[in-house]
Amino acid sequence: MSLLADIISWALILAGSFFTLAGAFGIIRFPDLYTRMHASGVIDPFGVSLILVGLIVQAGLSLISVKLTILILFLGLTSPVACHALGRAARHRGLKPLLADREKPPSIS
Amino acid sequence: MRQRVGLAIALFTFWLLLSGHFTPFLVAAGIGSTVAVLAVCARMRILDSDGQPLHLGARAVGYWLWLSWEMAKSAWDVTKLILSPQPQITPTLVKVRATQSTEVGRVIYANSITLTPGTISLEVENTAIIVHALTREGACSLEEGDMDRRVTRLEANG
Amino acid sequence: MMFIAATAALILAIALVLARAWMGPTVYDRVLAANTIGTLAVGLMATHGFLIGRPEFLDVALVYALLNVLSTLAILKFFRFGSLGDPEGIEPPPTETSR
Repeated sequence: MSLLADIISWALILAGSFFTLAGAFGIIRFPDLYTRMHASGVIDPFGVSLILVGLIVQAGLSLISVKLTILILFLGLTSPVACHALGRAARHRGLKPLLADREKPPSIS
Repeated sequence: MRQRVGLAIALFTFWLLLSGHFTPFLVAAGIGSTVAVLAVCARMRILDSDGQPLHLGARAVGYWLWLSWEMAKSAWDVTKLILSPQPQITPTLVKVRATQSTEVGRVIYANSITLTPGTISLEVENTAIIVHALTREGACSLEEGDMDRRVTRLEANG
Repeated sequence: MMFIAATAALILAIALVLARAWMGPTVYDRVLAANTIGTLAVGLMATHGFLIGRPEFLDVALVYALLNVLSTLAILKFFRFGSLGDPEGIEPPPTETSR
């Protein structure tokens, strides 16, 4: 049982770390604000939440795992609000999103 | 009244879970804080079914699980795009229909769109949401309206 | 061991995002980077608390998760209106809807 829990939490934490690093890489790599926001969406609730779920499996049934669950709920409820506010503010200030042509997709440096 | 009691129970449980101690002073302080927060909420007039969507009930848990799986799938898609040497991104702005009748439903739908990596809701109107999608496929799958129908069912059957 | 791996990944991600905050051409890129760093810091606090065996860090992480969003919204509002108070004359105040 303990070994199984260890394996599951290893897998979850490694997957979360992978998604987090990939999202950070995407924030560096993508060409404009709106596409970077998509890369941030991989980190912002998802990657960190996976790591936290891994910690829940590690902690077992205790007050700690309850706190971690509340933390995941907070992240899941608040991060889309911040993301939406950011995109809306940028759009209202006239920051044009980079859009793809019908014919040729834009290439990334 | 139902909203008040629900919020009070939620706040007090939250207090107990965070402290983990049950000395008389801490419990009394928790009751005091709960009453103070309730008073502030009543003064701000947010004690209604928009503030505490209790009516969604247990169906919200099922929706949350489905949404987590959707998030995992689209996070994997975006990660593949990030890590590919020549990413074929086609950023698109689309306007998707939101068939929810209440404000809570529209908020849930817009937040779900933003939570799924690859799509961001930029503007919420009465019957439509302007969405920025990372790829054209992501925009198309959103326009098919599976998520929209699920949110509508969630708010209707509550 | 796995906590060390997660901590290392989170610190590396924070470094990468910090580079975007440094480069970011627009102010919104920097706000995005700051918001993402805040979320990563929440994960870092939780894993670090497990790493050194003191889960009390979770309470700090809870407060930080809430403050992070509030600070992002406050910064955005400041850049939109130039003040954090009542946006006089810039936008009509929201009308009292019947509830």
